[in-house]
Amino acid sequence: MTTFPEFIQQNEDRDGVRFSWNVWPSSRLEATRMVVPVASLFTPLKERPDLPPIQYEPLLCSRATCRAVLNPLCQVDYRAKLWACNFCYQRNQFPPTYAGISEVNQPAELLPQFSTIEYVVQRGPQMPLNFLYVVDTCMEDEDLQALKESLQMSLSLLPPTALVGLITFGRMIQVHELGCEGISKSYVFRGTKDLSAKQLQEMLGLSKPTAAQANRGPQQPQVPPSNRFLQPVQKIDMNLTDLLGELQRDPWPVTQGKRPLRSLGVALSIAVGLLECTFPNTGARIMTFIGGPATQGPGMVVGDELKTPIRSWHDIEKDNAKFMKKATKHYEALANRAAANGHIIDIYACALDQTGLAEMKCCTNYTGGYMVMADSFNTSLFKQTFQRVFTKDVQGAFKMAFAGTLEIKTSREIKISGAIGPCISLNAKGPCVSENVRGHQEQQLCLIHLQAPLCIKLSTFYFFLQHNAPIPQGGRGAIQYVTQYQHSSGQRRIRVTTIARNWADAQTQIQNIAASFDQEASAILMARLAVYRAESEEGPDVLRWLDRQLIRLFMFHLRRSPFLQVFNNSPDESSYYRHHFMRQDLTQSLIMIQPILYAYSFNGPPEPVLLDSSSILPDRILLMDTFFQILIYHGETVAQWRKAGYQDMPEYENFRHLLQAPVDDAQEILHSRFPMPRYIDTEHGGSQARFLLSKVNPSQTHNNMYAWGQESGAPILTDDVSLQVFMDHLKKLAVSSAA
Amino acid sequence: MNVNQQPHMASPYGQPQPGYQGYPQSGYGGQHVPGGYPAPYAPYNGPASAYQPGPPQGYSPYASFPSKALAANLVSDLSSSSPLDLGMRGPPTSGAPPVSAAQAYSQFGQGDIQNGPPPLGAPPQSRPPVSQPYSQGAMNLSGPQPPYNQQFGAPPTSMQQMTTQMASMQVGSTVPSPAGPGYAPPTVSQPSVSAAYTPSAPSSFAPTSTVPTQPPSTEGTPQPYYGAPPQQPFPTAAPPFSAPGPTQPPGPPLASQQTFPQAPPPSQPPFSSAPPQVPPASYGGPPPPVQASHPRAAPPTSQPAAFPGGPPPTSTPTQYTGPPMQQPPVSQPSSFHSGPPPPPTSAAGFPPQGGAPPRPPHPGIQGPPLASQGPPMSQANHVAPPQPGMLAGPPVPGMAGPPPQPGMQGYPPQQNGAFGQVRGPQPGYAGPYPGQQSYGAAPPAQAPAPPAPKRLDPDSIPSPQASDIPPVQKTRHRIDPDAIPSPIQVIEDDKANKGSEPFVTGVRGQAPPLVTTNFHVKDQGNASPRFIRCTAYNIPCTSDMAKQSQVPLAAVIKPLATLPPDENSPYIVDHGESGPIRCNRCKAYMCPYMQFIEGGRRFQCGFCSCVTEVPPHYFQHLDHTGKRVDCYDRPELSLGSYEFLATVDYCKNNKIPQPPAFIFLIDVSYNAVKNGMVRIVCQELKTLLDYLPRENPDVQSNIRVGFATYNKVLHFYNVKASLAQPQMMVVSDVADMFVPLLDGFLVNVSESRVVIESLLDQIPDMFADTRETETVFGPVIQAGLEALKAADCAGKLFVFHTSLPIAEAPGKLKNREDKKLVGTDKEKSLFQPQVSFYANLAKECVAQGCCVDLFLFPNQYVDVATLGVVPTSTGGSVYKYTYFQAQSDQERFLNDLRKDIQKKVGFDAVMRVRTSTGIRATDFFGSFYMSNTTDVELAGLDCDKTVTVEFRHDDKLSEETGALMQCAVLYTSCSGQRRLRIHNMAVNCCAQLADLYRNCETDTIINFFAKYAYRCVLNNPTKNVRDSLVNQCAQILACYRKNCASPSSAGQLILPECMKLLPVYLNCVLKSDVLHPGADVSLDDRAYLRQLVSAMDVAESHVFFYPRLLPVHKLDVECDTLPVAIRDSEERLSKGGIYLLETGLNLFLWVGANAQQELLQNIFGTPAFGQIDSNMTSLPILDNPYSKRVREIVESFRAQRSRYMKLMVVKQEDKLELIFKHFLVEDKNNSGGASYVDFLCHMHKEIRQLLS
Repeated sequence: MTTFPEFIQQNEDRDGVRFSWNVWPSSRLEATRMVVPVASLFTPLKERPDLPPIQYEPLLCSRATCRAVLNPLCQVDYRAKLWACNFCYQRNQFPPTYAGISEVNQPAELLPQFSTIEYVVQRGPQMPLNFLYVVDTCMEDEDLQALKESLQMSLSLLPPTALVGLITFGRMIQVHELGCEGISKSYVFRGTKDLSAKQLQEMLGLSKPTAAQANRGPQQPQVPPSNRFLQPVQKIDMNLTDLLGELQRDPWPVTQGKRPLRSLGVALSIAVGLLECTFPNTGARIMTFIGGPATQGPGMVVGDELKTPIRSWHDIEKDNAKFMKKATKHYEALANRAAANGHIIDIYACALDQTGLAEMKCCTNYTGGYMVMADSFNTSLFKQTFQRVFTKDVQGAFKMAFAGTLEIKTSREIKISGAIGPCISLNAKGPCVSENVRGHQEQQLCLIHLQAPLCIKLSTFYFFLQHNAPIPQGGRGAIQYVTQYQHSSGQRRIRVTTIARNWADAQTQIQNIAASFDQEASAILMARLAVYRAESEEGPDVLRWLDRQLIRLFMFHLRRSPFLQVFNNSPDESSYYRHHFMRQDLTQSLIMIQPILYAYSFNGPPEPVLLDSSSILPDRILLMDTFFQILIYHGETVAQWRKAGYQDMPEYENFRHLLQAPVDDAQEILHSRFPMPRYIDTEHGGSQARFLLSKVNPSQTHNNMYAWGQESGAPILTDDVSLQVFMDHLKKLAVSSAA
Repeated sequence: MNVNQQPHMASPYGQPQPGYQGYPQSGYGGQHVPGGYPAPYAPYNGPASAYQPGPPQGYSPYASFPSKALAANLVSDLSSSSPLDLGMRGPPTSGAPPVSAAQAYSQFGQGDIQNGPPPLGAPPQSRPPVSQPYSQGAMNLSGPQPPYNQQFGAPPTSMQQMTTQMASMQVGSTVPSPAGPGYAPPTVSQPSVSAAYTPSAPSSFAPTSTVPTQPPSTEGTPQPYYGAPPQQPFPTAAPPFSAPGPTQPPGPPLASQQTFPQAPPPSQPPFSSAPPQVPPASYGGPPPPVQASHPRAAPPTSQPAAFPGGPPPTSTPTQYTGPPMQQPPVSQPSSFHSGPPPPPTSAAGFPPQGGAPPRPPHPGIQGPPLASQGPPMSQANHVAPPQPGMLAGPPVPGMAGPPPQPGMQGYPPQQNGAFGQVRGPQPGYAGPYPGQQSYGAAPPAQAPAPPAPKRLDPDSIPSPQASDIPPVQKTRHRIDPDAIPSPIQVIEDDKANKGSEPFVTGVRGQAPPLVTTNFHVKDQGNASPRFIRCTAYNIPCTSDMAKQSQVPLAAVIKPLATLPPDENSPYIVDHGESGPIRCNRCKAYMCPYMQFIEGGRRFQCGFCSCVTEVPPHYFQHLDHTGKRVDCYDRPELSLGSYEFLATVDYCKNNKIPQPPAFIFLIDVSYNAVKNGMVRIVCQELKTLLDYLPRENPDVQSNIRVGFATYNKVLHFYNVKASLAQPQMMVVSDVADMFVPLLDGFLVNVSESRVVIESLLDQIPDMFADTRETETVFGPVIQAGLEALKAADCAGKLFVFHTSLPIAEAPGKLKNREDKKLVGTDKEKSLFQPQVSFYANLAKECVAQGCCVDLFLFPNQYVDVATLGVVPTSTGGSVYKYTYFQAQSDQERFLNDLRKDIQKKVGFDAVMRVRTSTGIRATDFFGSFYMSNTTDVELAGLDCDKTVTVEFRHDDKLSEETGALMQCAVLYTSCSGQRRLRIHNMAVNCCAQLADLYRNCETDTIINFFAKYAYRCVLNNPTKNVRDSLVNQCAQILACYRKNCASPSSAGQLILPECMKLLPVYLNCVLKSDVLHPGADVSLDDRAYLRQLVSAMDVAESHVFFYPRLLPVHKLDVECDTLPVAIRDSEERLSKGGIYLLETGLNLFLWVGANAQQELLQNIFGTPAFGQIDSNMTSLPILDNPYSKRVREIVESFRAQRSRYMKLMVVKQEDKLELIFKHFLVEDKNNSGGASYVDFLCHMHKEIRQLLS
């Protein structure tokens, strides 16, 4: 038996699952005492190139309320050709196709190493992928030009059979008909009036979505369901390229002192409606590119008067953001509709000011879409990030999946109490679902849309509540994750992950339980729980709640992170950071909470150093990765050297290497991460150095710098408490038992 | 005739200047610089030409000239016969003896002009040049005023010579008089000239002259002169004829002046004498030719004595026949009828003529006279006419009958006008009238009340004589259709009498020629009849009188009317930054009625009498007559119509308007595509875009264009020049219309031509396979409106629509066609819009200046009553092409479209009619919207749109000042310029009802009645509307009978000369599809016609109600004249004939079953009746004069109307004949409409009831 850390690592590699506790207490009371809940961090579509695709469908438990999938934990009677469901103990007959089954001839799903297995569903047509571009035209020509180029480029990255559509908006919304010859056609809608899917369907003259109706029955017609607005790339490549090329800025005049009228709310609504009535439950991506906030119609976040600035946290706290609630409601409704139909909404917002991400966050959060924020479409940050959306895996398939659903089966002893992550509930009731829901209004099913350059885009947590029933000693609790999704090839696939953990009596086996604690996973779990609460509750309360939960280091940084601190962040930025925090895998999430700091110096190979002001030394080059930013900081001395041009002298080649080393490392990160981080190259005293200084632990400040002596590091001018103070305080609290 | 001839001389004469000059001169008196006159205007037009539009008319002038000259000479010389010669000589002798005749003419023309000036300064000499001769002549003439009388005598002679002589006579007389009195002799000459032209001219002169010089005295004087002179000559005529006395004559004379009375008597003698003199010769000639029009003349000729005797007419009558007029002359009452009979139908008339000496005589007569006179002109005239026979007749009459007969026909009217004007103001009347009457007698038809209104004595009606001739069977009432007033006769008489001379507007109270007459107009202070026509030119002084008479007081105003090429459109006046000068109180614009006082420092408003300071920059000194020295330099001080440049204050939001835009909205639903409309429109628009209205033909139009198509949704097109391909933007959200694009929708044609053409090429293909049958309509207009709003400009929408808009959208309609309602009290609801949506929309459109033209291509009920609301409220038009088929209707549609797009149009217009105290504009009819009670708002106003304004008294009027009205239209021109068009009109006020009846215009009255009735059907059962119409008409006529006609048997129907056609026309209105629908008339058609008529001008309403029926087989290929039309009755159609019928909306070519093969061959290219394709819509182009001529006529008819008339060939006995017969309005129709005769009897009964 390996150690717990190894076990955890192995589990993660194989199944993409990490639990806060790997041995579960056997009673509910004990579970609540443990403070950190039993929860899992699950990456449904962890990249597993080694998984063989199983070309048949999973075998389901015949009990209507169970429907669990045959898995290695099931007991099989090879002679009687029966198997017993390990969740509900139902005995099921193998179907005729399994006639040849025997101990030596087991199907893959019974092999222990296939605790995670992927089935490829053969039934039904291969539904195309849909990409619907929703493009804002109220932006500077330069931006628009860059955006147009990016979009044109993206066409070449799409599979030829993928359907694309284009909606542009400004004051009006235009739904472009594609593939028409000669005159280009578009349907225009005014931006002040929301339309139901039915109205839209009539207005666009779309036929009833009979063909594409929800039922994915086998009798679906095989005609490639395209329509005038969504056409295969291969067919309208040229046409669309020209169309994009001719795209003009919104022609409506914008008078002095006004913002352009931008009908984002309705544009999104139309996009959602269009897909809703043409391709429900078919993989589709609504990619929204916006250059500013919505200023009219439903979903507007700010008026068109420039003199009234867009809401800030301050306004929100004062309940002074008059559009916010309505807008949020509008986008939430849209997000729910999109999610219900399995459609993803991406938002690429490029503007110097806020664009209303705070209101629109649910669009991406519920549907698993991306949220990308940059200053301009003409930056590499946007261009490369956007390009990276279309990266492919080794098999040439997009690293994204569509229209996924995740079901979770549990042993009788445990129930699901919620999920946090880019998903929404299917609102299914079942024996596995607790009536006592917390966290996300979670149930059984999460809709997931995943993609991931890192293959772990989406992580979902589940909290389990112990059942009151006595647990058989030595038994194991089992959880099965069933993820159905549409692969980018158009196939539907089902991935099943089944895991089991031992029960332990907290009274007697507390050691075991303590040993099974996964600190990292727990930290992330708690952080997400905190962020989730921060989203839904008032800020200070969350901090207080968090303070009561004791997780050391991480919590210190978490408290200071933009995920919980809104000071100095706009609502949009907060939404953006939280969005990404909620969906990155464990490692990335950790980076977000506690940025990583590497030091490069002549003293030795690059080494990670403490995220502390004491690490800032003149003869060092620091590389900080906060996930959103990659920062290279040249210490004072190094900066002077550099300025003096030593690196260009042959005799100082080593200095040049030193300078180059962090840059290379940064590039590596830049190339692999999504969204692409902001790359910052600064030096001691540079204005951009503030990014670093704001992150490090202010162990030396103007208050205590003399007390600590001048030995090393750089003082940080802040009133924030340092880790030392924080720890002292924590200790005091822990001992005082007041918590 | 005249017109044709004119060409030659025209230019010279042309110079309307005469009139003009006359003006200035007179006005200026000597003071003015000779050059002045030309100069004044010169600024405006470059050359004088501008001003003197009238000139062309010169012709008549000729005649007149000579005559005048003659007159002058005559004075000394002598009377009749010689006069002619004299006339000829006159010119030469006068001063320019050397000049050859031709030259003389030309000179005359010039001379006139010049004369004008010279007279001013020093009479003749000043004008040494060409004019001299004239002036001299004039001088001479003038000098010896006494001569006048003589002259008069002479005139007659001259008259004989000249067809127009009549006019000249009068003119001459008038002229001289005015000249004499007011002006010095010199002026006389001028006046004479002008006088010569048109009788009216003189009159105008008089007034003008009077005004400037010595208002009071002049007038008085002239009249006397006139009176005197005319009396003698005229009187004679008068008495003889219809003892004019019967009707009005008696009254007038008395009232007018003692002299007059006297005159009559003398006149008679003269007459008799006259006849003898010229008569013999002339008569002989005249009578024959006369027949139709001449008839009257003829009678006289044949029996000079006869005239007096009246009875003689009988014999003559036959000849007269044509001249129903004659009848009156003869035995007035009986004669009347008889008269007509003789002339039988025109056809009938002809024969006699032909057969009779007439023709020969004519030539002969004419020849003689002409020859004698030497007036080549006259000859020409005569000659030409002669050929047609009929035509010849008319002119001849003047000639031959000159004295009496001509007078009758031509004279009366002219005289009336002239006299009226001249003396109009006063006593003079009687005199003139009598004279007229005498002539007119024949003409009883005409104003010359004297001529004895026609009396229709049911009993007597069956004129024996007439009856003899007319083969026509007597109706049950024993009334001979030929015995009752004939529209054709009246029209022809008016042509003959007034067509040749320019109509000078300066004379107050003078009725213009009929709309059917070709005439020229000289603007001398009142708006041309092309702009304004009044129902009455003498309006009662008190409201009691007005009520008693029941004659509607209304003006039919066509503010942007197109003028013939030889008349100048109104000058544009710029009063600088402060805008047009206006009265401080009533805000009337500067006009000739403003009286300058205090040395020119202030002016007194003619409307409200308020005194206003003259702004310094506008100050000018006054001459000794109280006129501003620059009076003739400024159109606003001397003309009836002109335009001001408006300043920013007159613009919406105080912003200079953007150039307007045209937006084309094309229905592309299944029906529209299938019937070919879409393709045709798109194809045509490509070329039409080059012809957008513009003010300067050399410059590209400023108008921007936009395109949209629609079915259930709207498709807008971005045709920005920078695009390679147009872009289509579909708006399906029709519930809440908006315009999806701004930039690129409205574009400049020249910049975006390529894109536009590409678009128009593609539209038909794009929708070729459409299955969409539902359409919207409200949102379509909303879309156009929004587009204009977005562009912040006014403009016009052209909507091409096919079907009832049943698609779910604002303004959705349901099919409510329910024929069962027809004839019930609920019938009115069918004329009302179904929903109020469109009325509100129209209001918005008007506010934005968005005019809507609707082209309908329905295959079934589309509810025109509702769809037409917006067009008719915004000054737009509705065109309807039921069962449109590309092949057969394309031409009509395209021509309509072309005309509609190209025609002159103003936008965002507001029209206001101001009147002098005492009357007030109370009601308005037409295509417009009114948000208050005074301002007529027209989103668009084109050159065909007419507004009828009704006036009511709110106080007493005075005979001295008359009544003034000023119609000001503020609009945006097609180049985006804001302008004010001003039309001024002065009419007389009368204390005698007789004057009212003598100076009204039946056509205009009918126009008013029709519009009034057509509006009433919205709120009243149609039967009530019909009854009230009949009732009002009966009251009008009864009032006349009671107050103006001489006592006679109660059984006699006596109609005022000016209104003798009222019954027949009214009957046509009553029988129209709107008021009295047949079973086969759809509701849409009725609603369509109702809307159509509400914006019609008088000419259109006239032909609409009384179609023109032309006997094509009588066409004389050799000359340009048209055969005389015949009355709209089936019994006048001959089986062997071919007739062309024009309704203003359609053309029918009716082919008799026995039509000559040769004729058929010539026209249709096939000799067999049976082989004529009744589906043809255009005549085959054959290379023979006949075919050419017929096609020319068809084209010329079409050119006259604002809408293209589709030609339908109707073969006798063919099924189409039913439709054709519907337009034979004198007959009974299928739906129970009364025949003319029946209706007349009915009317008579009503009148008698009222009287008893």
